[in-house]
Amino acid sequence: MIASLSLILVCQLIGEVAVRALGVPVPGPVVGLMLLLLLLLARDRFPGLARGPLGDGGVEGASRGLLANLSLLFVPAGVGVVQKLDLLAEHGVAILAILVVSVIVTLLATVATFVAASSLLSRDDDAS
Amino acid sequence: MSDNPFSLWVYLSQSPLLWLTVTLLTYAATDAVSLATRRHPLANPVLHAMWIIGAFLLLTKTSYTTYFAGAQFVHFLLGPATVALAVPLYENRKRVAAAILPMLVALAVGSVTAIVSVVLLAQAFGLPRSLILAMAPKSVTAGVAMGISESLHADPSLTAVAVILTGIMGAVMVTPLMNLTGITDYRARGFAVGIAAHGIGTARAFQVDEVAGVFAGIAMSLNALVTSLLVPLAVTFLVH
Repeated sequence: MIASLSLILVCQLIGEVAVRALGVPVPGPVVGLMLLLLLLLARDRFPGLARGPLGDGGVEGASRGLLANLSLLFVPAGVGVVQKLDLLAEHGVAILAILVVSVIVTLLATVATFVAASSLLSRDDDAS
Repeated sequence: MSDNPFSLWVYLSQSPLLWLTVTLLTYAATDAVSLATRRHPLANPVLHAMWIIGAFLLLTKTSYTTYFAGAQFVHFLLGPATVALAVPLYENRKRVAAAILPMLVALAVGSVTAIVSVVLLAQAFGLPRSLILAMAPKSVTAGVAMGISESLHADPSLTAVAVILTGIMGAVMVTPLMNLTGITDYRARGFAVGIAAHGIGTARAFQVDEVAGVFAGIAMSLNALVTSLLVPLAVTFLVH
């Protein structure tokens, strides 16, 4: 458990360091994600890697534990709304309306594009 | 002890212990309600934990800074949780590899739509420039959005509020909206909510369907990359 959490933290740490050292506009945890993914893929190729947190479903278990409670992690930032009540009193209706419309438009545009692209591509596969 | 009933409160209200406990207990309660309603969209645990804790802070006249000193231990885990998305991604790698092209096209369309729609609408409503800049990166996860906002000299704490509100709206609306469209491809549904509503949308997607959750997680990570590049561009062209 501790080893698995450490592995996750190490991936994030390397990500943060790499992003700052290279000055790229990529969030550190996303680089950490790619790193952990590469490790897991490398384990398939090299069975010798399957030890410690990478053996016996260790890092898998720790990750599932974190992701099962993903919603909780947004609560502290969300409570930050209390600092902006004056702004919400002034522009709140406009802000909420804008965000609702933007979210609906984004959801529909993305899902429609995904479905259209995947059916177009599978039709190409059938034809060839 | 009884000579000053306030001394205990004064001590506790300044310690991280109280606010960490309040955060976990409130979430445990709102999550139990969400489970009891079979994950009804309106019983979103983040939404209800947020206003309950917020009201509690206002009633006890506690500053957000004091609250955050305790709650930061929970907030910190956002980073490791992002790294942890590698595991479901790895376990579903065949399904993901098969859908790589639709994902990239949907990423491009979704990411641009999320930014352009909010900037144009905010201008149409005549909101001040500082507010428009702070709202532009609202569809990416809090840490990244706040970084973008800082680089635009906007107010990062305002961005955080826009990000959380967006996430909650996406999480609440996605299931009824998608059911309305009749789309049953959970890859597409998950991907859309990951683009529009980052981690809160992804958390919702994991509640509904594991495949939807995986695609939401990928969408959220990719969108964090693309949006950091697109927002400065969009602001240059759209905001005058």
